[in-house]
Amino acid sequence: MASTIRVRATSSGETTEVQALIQHPMDSGFVKDAKGEIIPPHFIQQLTFEYDGKPVFVADWAGGVSKDPYVKFAFKGGKKGDDLKISWIDNKGATDSTTAKIQ
Amino acid sequence: MTTTDHRFSATRRLILQGAATVALIGLGNPWFGLAPAYAAANDKYPEEAFRQKSDAEAIKSLYGKTAEPSDKVKLDAPEIAENGAVVPVSVSTTLADVTSISFLVAENPVALVASYRIPAGTVPAIANRIKMAKTSNVIVVVEAGGKLYSATKNVKVTLGGCGG
Repeated sequence: MASTIRVRATSSGETTEVQALIQHPMDSGFVKDAKGEIIPPHFIQQLTFEYDGKPVFVADWAGGVSKDPYVKFAFKGGKKGDDLKISWIDNKGATDSTTAKIQ
Repeated sequence: MTTTDHRFSATRRLILQGAATVALIGLGNPWFGLAPAYAAANDKYPEEAFRQKSDAEAIKSLYGKTAEPSDKVKLDAPEIAENGAVVPVSVSTTLADVTSISFLVAENPVALVASYRIPAGTVPAIANRIKMAKTSNVIVVVEAGGKLYSATKNVKVTLGGCGG
């Protein structure tokens, strides 16, 4: 299965800028479907970015984050060709992870 | 679950209650229902803060203190959001020693939207996309050097993002 995570990590020498787009419904549990029934909560709770074995960014999320979430940040260091590991876990225990090469 | 119980048969109700009890005992967490408690094992997901309805309670639950407004926190959000389901919001700050940044929407059913941990070496600037149920203040809280600083902006929502 194709990964749910799309990442672009670009090094400018001093810092590495990271943009991530994840496919996930991010249902809050407050929205009703066409039949008027509540769509149960289903959202990513934690998204972690690791570089060189250490977390560089950790997101704690809930249903207030938009569907197919997007996030952008930057960290100091990071070399072209190095790996950046990204993983998430949702409130149903589903997970996905990927490794991106810094460009 | 409790509000719809009366529509089910007695047997069904017993089964449901049983399931709910197991979930409660197993997780100590009624809000996430049957969700496994993975997050708890995984570096403290702030479940309690994500259960608070008001922004003040969420900030207190998350940080145990209150935030003071600061012009060093720059919150960028649209004046008017046509679609509340996707509101691009970003923040940057010139404050030093930032350890955490959180986004809240005062009028959402759950005020806390996202909380980010910023390890040393990570730049205190984040862009993300959030949902807004209706016109509301968007609040961003920055924890720097053990203190809390905030910036607030009112965003008008034409079409709510939580009611679908």
